[in-house]
Amino acid sequence: MMTVRAVGRASSFSGIAKFRELGLLAFIILLSLFVQWRNPSFLSLENIDDLITNTAILSILAVGMMLVIVTRGIDLSIGATLALSGMITAMVVGSFPALPPVLAMLLGIAVGIVCGSLLGGLVAKIGIFPIIASLGMMNVFRGLTFMVSGGKWVSAHQMPDSFKAIATGSVFGINRLVFIAVLIYLIFYYFINHTRTGRQIYAVGSNPESAKISGISTTKVVWLVYSIMGALSGLAGVLWVSKFASAQGDTAMGYELSVIAACVLGGVSIAGGSGKISGIILGSILLGILNNALPLINVSPFWQNAIQGFIILVAIVINVWVKRGVERNHLLRRNM
Amino acid sequence: MKPDGVLGEQKMTLKRFFLQWEWMLVLIFLLVNLVNAFLSPYYLDLISIRDATMTFLDKAFIVLPMVFILILGQIDISVASTVALSSVIMADLYNRGLPMEWAIVVCLAVGALCGWINGFLLVKFKELSSVIVTLGTMILYRGIAYIILEDQSAGKFPEWFSYLGWGYVGGIPFILIVFIVLAVIFGLVLHQTTFGRHLYAMGSNLTASQFSGIRTNRITLIVFTLAGLMAAVTALFLASRMGSTRPNVANGYELDVIAMAVLGGVSTAGGKGRMIGAVIAVFLIGLLRYGLGLVNVPAQTLLVIIGALLIFAVMVPKLSGLKRKTAHRLAGKN
Repeated sequence: MMTVRAVGRASSFSGIAKFRELGLLAFIILLSLFVQWRNPSFLSLENIDDLITNTAILSILAVGMMLVIVTRGIDLSIGATLALSGMITAMVVGSFPALPPVLAMLLGIAVGIVCGSLLGGLVAKIGIFPIIASLGMMNVFRGLTFMVSGGKWVSAHQMPDSFKAIATGSVFGINRLVFIAVLIYLIFYYFINHTRTGRQIYAVGSNPESAKISGISTTKVVWLVYSIMGALSGLAGVLWVSKFASAQGDTAMGYELSVIAACVLGGVSIAGGSGKISGIILGSILLGILNNALPLINVSPFWQNAIQGFIILVAIVINVWVKRGVERNHLLRRNM
Repeated sequence: MKPDGVLGEQKMTLKRFFLQWEWMLVLIFLLVNLVNAFLSPYYLDLISIRDATMTFLDKAFIVLPMVFILILGQIDISVASTVALSSVIMADLYNRGLPMEWAIVVCLAVGALCGWINGFLLVKFKELSSVIVTLGTMILYRGIAYIILEDQSAGKFPEWFSYLGWGYVGGIPFILIVFIVLAVIFGLVLHQTTFGRHLYAMGSNLTASQFSGIRTNRITLIVFTLAGLMAAVTALFLASRMGSTRPNVANGYELDVIAMAVLGGVSTAGGKGRMIGAVIAVFLIGLLRYGLGLVNVPAQTLLVIIGALLIFAVMVPKLSGLKRKTAHRLAGKN
């Protein structure tokens, strides 16, 4: 009896997830068709390439943010971590132009891990609320970015071509950024679905107490999650600086909100415990399309924010309605 | 745990009284002033300190309702966007010929409406967390401000409007007087009324509050509307001080405001915190900024210091040996 009910509930949850994803996909397709109808250059190869490369960094960060949110946390510091690691990498590369790009990426990731594990320690070990801890660290990292650079920019001519090629070069005609992003999706798809630690992240998120009782070290898992977020932010920092060929103190300021928005659109529940890679990819693509397509159909760029905010609100409200509908159906079925 | 709230207050001994987080804040506050005075001989000038309050008090108006919201266990990150939207609408309507008095009324109404929408969404859709709802409205409200003014600024307010931000009453800045009056009112409402007790009750245990007959929906609506209204008050003072407004005004205020409240000992978990702590924290951060600015500490270094201070503030009660006995007292549960 118990198991039947449990299975039923599990399938209903995956049903919601599927419905939500299909809905999101349908919305993306409708939106694309509409934009294409208004401006045929939208689905040109060139524009699609542009759109995907712009979405790649967002979606890489969204993968990390999803894990953080799954453990009922939130990380507001990633924009600052991204800026700090991008700045440090750019400065090092500027002084040692012969540094291989791979090492530059590793350096950025290392800076990100330091930032992330610091934050993770505050959250997991000391028990500070994620929103407050990451708010404080956001200030610290952002300030450090300005301090290490002395308020100066690292601009394109100070970076060697090999470094700029990390994010602008292409393989088989497809931008390298896209390859890196897809690689990250695959690694994390495997990690969260097929490894013990990955499953533990979800266990901690859906019920921290029972996770603890069943022998999972919640402290370690939470710490790990923030470190992963840091590593991905560090990687994103290198990619960002390489793509835009400039590192500034205010790089990616406020970007954390776009990343959280991508997660929310992708169906990651802020209450923890649920979220899928496919969902956040769709969420990131939707945000990417909104940014990319609105100028193409002659919507003033000043409308972008309002439309984004509106769509986020609509998405979360629809989400609640769907969930309520499914739950009501289940209740009815159980009563029969 | 005992029902500490009621009993503890009656049995408050001298020792307990001095073990409160607010005294820690007073200590840090004095330390900051001491360091500032040591660093710059110009710091301890009452006139310049008085004038410094004019520059940092504008966002402090939002701290007051933010304490309410945090005590409820909620959060509102849309307040800075509300500041932008209400001030932009006010300036735009004034430039289109509406008398300034009416523009101010509209500004307050828009602010209240923004806050009410947040509250309405949260009440209607209980499954949603306030982080997400206010993230959405944060982007939306600022977006509307951008639609109205694009990348322009609007201003040219009448002469008398600048009095709000720059005027004095008997040698005391007008903004300081308004802030203190409002802080006292908010403090009294929080600590002396049933409404205030209900806030603590809802923050500690929402379900129990509902069952005990507290009208939780109405309270949530009122508190979020208040936050919007106070954001509009901030908008008035900010627009008056700057003489004009832009859609990107008050960027990042929401985080400053939350940081002040948390530094003041208000827990984001809900149910804990006092108004006096948040008010001390407002002056603490404001004067810290002002003092270090005097000795040319760059704004970026200040970011690091304030971030570290915030972390330190929430860490101390958790780390200290006082934890068991007085942690909830330190956090100011009264």
